Parts: sequence; structure tokens; C-alpha cells
Amino acid sequence: MLDDLRLYGHYVSVSFRSQMQYRASFIMLTLGHFLMTGLEFLGVWVLFERFDRLGDWRLEEVCLFYGLINMAFALTDATSRGFDMFANMVKAGDFDRLLLRPRSTAIQLAGQEFTLRRIGRFSQGLIVFVYGAQTLGIVWSAAKLSLVLLTILGGASLFYGLIVLQATLAFWTTESLEIMNTVTYGGVQTAQYPLDIYRTWFRRVFTYIIPLACISYYPALALLEKSDPLGSSIVFQWLSPCIGLIFLALCMQAWKLGVRHYRSTGS
Amino acid sequence: MIAYWAIFSARLRMLLQYRAAALAGLSTQLFWGLIRVMAFEAFYRSSTVIAPMPVEQVVDYIWLGQAFLMLLPVRLDSEIRTLVRSGNVAYELVRPLDLYNFWYMRTIASCLAPTTLRSIPLLALALWVFDMRLPPSAAAAAAFALTMVSALLLAAALSNLLNITLMWTVAGEGTAGIMQVATFLFCGMIVPLPLFPDWLQPLLTYSPFAGLMDLPFRLYTGHISSDQVGSVLARQLGWTLALVAFGRLLLARGTRVLVTQGG
Repeated sequence: MLDDLRLYGHYVSVSFRSQMQYRASFIMLTLGHFLMTGLEFLGVWVLFERFDRLGDWRLEEVCLFYGLINMAFALTDATSRGFDMFANMVKAGDFDRLLLRPRSTAIQLAGQEFTLRRIGRFSQGLIVFVYGAQTLGIVWSAAKLSLVLLTILGGASLFYGLIVLQATLAFWTTESLEIMNTVTYGGVQTAQYPLDIYRTWFRRVFTYIIPLACISYYPALALLEKSDPLGSSIVFQWLSPCIGLIFLALCMQAWKLGVRHYRSTGS
Repeated sequence: MIAYWAIFSARLRMLLQYRAAALAGLSTQLFWGLIRVMAFEAFYRSSTVIAPMPVEQVVDYIWLGQAFLMLLPVRLDSEIRTLVRSGNVAYELVRPLDLYNFWYMRTIASCLAPTTLRSIPLLALALWVFDMRLPPSAAAAAAFALTMVSALLLAAALSNLLNITLMWTVAGEGTAGIMQVATFLFCGMIVPLPLFPDWLQPLLTYSPFAGLMDLPFRLYTGHISSDQVGSVLARQLGWTLALVAFGRLLLARGTRVLVTQGG
């Protein structure tokens, strides 16, 4: 385990150095990423400017949802490139090489690239989150801070799980199916608004099948100390981000099943 | 003329090959449309403010935006990029064709093919399953169809401009990124333009980006009455001509400074 961590750290440092070779390009890309993802927030702002409120929610409250989900997704997006590109690897038969090495395939894939420019989305989410929390005057305690960290971690795990699932599908299809983009990018879209504005069937999908609500809506309610219009208990709100971690663990089991099923395409 | 037509149709047939990718894209777009529709409905439901566009029109507008997403000039032509990078762009200059027209025809085809593949099934589903409505009158439908054709010409002119900047930047991600931000925001893809603050309206409706989506979509929904079609067309075509002229100028300069890569 410790050995794996050291290896991962090594992968990350190699990736850092290689990206820093093209410093100007890195800065441009990061800035572009920051602006592009920031557009979504501008959209939210325009709507609040026009309509003033969204049900019982104010702009500052929506800022918390928005910030949490974007920070979580940025973490996943930065660390999951290997899994994201996995279908190409299967197609080319390159996965064989990974299997020959005496380390787990998951750690090798996770270490493929640490995409630094995702800092653009992360910092954008952080700014929005801090703005929201400041304006609302949230009183920070150790418990609340750890809830924020747990939520971001849980959210990142959930998205990571989805991307691992997408990669796992490639064992059977060998094609890259971009269908998962629907739930990853679509999930970010969905979770930047409070869940109670959506239709019931839609809410159920994002609570029970893909537990997106557990890593944004419920913990944000706990931070806001707001009673849930959907009627969840306070204990559940505090513990719900753990479901993101469980989701990732389940997806890793599916991945192991896929690895066992793998048959090389190359000759 | 025959040569340009051949370029157009060859490119079109090539792009129509990618059906599986289109299917995946279709489902993503349906999902996104659905999220957007639900969010906008929620805003309208809870607000007492009189919005400058009724919610039914916003729903139509959102579905149209999803259907015609591929029209937006936000991608670089990867083949032209490879040409500039490898230095093979020199061959393009040798051809007995006008380079601007050559690239412009290519770009029209690469805007048209994916747009057609995506928009027809998506519109069919949105009309049939989700709450999208048909245009209120035949005149509105005709005005929409007509302005979408000039939107295509406008989109290709913008896109071609992007390709021409490759002669300077080689990589081009930076300019494409800036173009993406401007396009998405000012064409109405993120939020329909009439919902933006009122003081921004004059600026928004006269920008070149409004002609890509916003103006035709408002003709479709009846937010702009169909007898305004002349003014919309004038704005679209005026911008197209200006952008083509600018593109030609840039290309002429570009070919003068162009350094052919490779030996």
C-alpha cells in the first residue's frame, strides 16, 4: 500500500515536470479552462439577476452547490486521464504491457497523467464557494470544515467511479463509449442546482442509482443548517458523502472483474 | 465552381460515416436539454417577475440550441492544423484554386454534416416526447428555415477565421478557447439572450454571434415576428460578408508571412 503511494507520487512528479516544459502553453490552457468553466456560473448569475430566486433558494446558496460539485469534478478530471483514455489502450493492445508489470493496473492507469490545468475549474469552484459562504455568513467549525473536505472527496470518488465504470465497459466493447459523459458532465450540470427543483423520477435516478445528491445536495443542506424540503434527517446529511467512497469501492470491484475478462486485441 | 462543389460533397460524405459517435452525442444532448429545461421551468415557477420571454418559448429555444449545437464555430479543422504543422500547407497554395473559397467550402460541409445528423433525430424526439412545440405559423417556420441557412454561412465564416489564425499560432488551442467562450455566451447557448439584463440587449442582438442561434430561434418561437425576417437576414449576411472580407485579408497576409515547416 505504502509502496503504491510512493509509486503514485513518483508518477505525479514526472507528470508535473513534463507539463512544466511548455510553461506558456500551460498558462494559456489553464486560463482558458478557468474562463470556459466559469461561463456556466455566469449563466447561473444571469438567471438570478433576472428572476431573483429559484424556489426557496438564493444565489449565494446555489453558489455552495455549484462550488462543491465543481471542485470535486476538477479533482477527478485531473487524475483520471488514464481511465478516460483506456478504450484506446485496449484497442491498440497496449494494456498487455500494464499487465506484465508487477503493480496493480489501477495504480498504473491512475498515474498516467496528472492534468494540472484542471486547476482552472477547481479555482473557479473554490472562488464561487468562498463567495457564497462569505455572503451567507456561515460560521465555520472544525466539523463543518471536515464536512466540506469529505464532500469534495466523496464527490471526486463518485465521479472517479463513473469514469472507472466507463473504462470497464471497454473490456467488453473495445470501443470508447462516450455515453458516460452524460452522467459525468451532465452530473456536474445537474448538481449545481439544488435537487428539489427537478422532477421526481430524475431526483430518484440521482439519489439511488448514481448517488450524486449524497455528495452535493445533502451535505450542502447540513452546511446551511436548512431543513430539507424533501425531508431527510440531519444525521443522514452529515454522513451522506461517505456513499461516494462506497460507490468508488464498488466500481473498483467491477474493474477487477473486467481485468479478469480481458482478452488482448493485438497480435 | 464544379471543383468547389466536389470539395463540399466529398467532405460531407466523409463526415456522414460517423454514426455511432452521433448516437452517443444525441443521448448526451437529450440529457443536457432535459436538465436545462427543468432548471428554467423551476426559475419560472418560483418567480413573480414578468420575464421578457414566456417559458414555453424558452423550452423551444433550449431544444433548438441542443439540436444545432454542432453548428457553432468552436472547433478547429484538425486536418488544416496538421497541414500547417507538417508544412504540407504548401501544397494547398499550389492548387489552382482560391484558397479562401477552398477552405470556406470545406468548413461549410464540416458544419453542415454533423449538424444534420444531430438535429433531425433530436428535434423529432424533442417534439414527440418532450414539450417542444412547432412554430406558431408557416411564416415563422419559413423565416426560421431561411435564417438557419444564413446562420450556416455565418458559422462557416467564423470557423474559417479560426482556421486562418492557425497560420500564426500553429497550435491554435488558445484562439479556439477564446472563441468558444465568446460564442457560447453570446449566441444564447447558455442562457437565451432575451433573459440577459436589459441594458445588454442592444449589444447582444447586434453582435455576430446572435445570428448563429438566437435570432433564428426567436423567429421560430415567435418571439420575433416573422415580418422581421429581412432585418435578421441583413444582420446575418452583413456580418458574414464582413467576416469573409476580414478572413481574406488575414489569409493574404498569412500566406505572406507563412513559414513552411519541415524540410
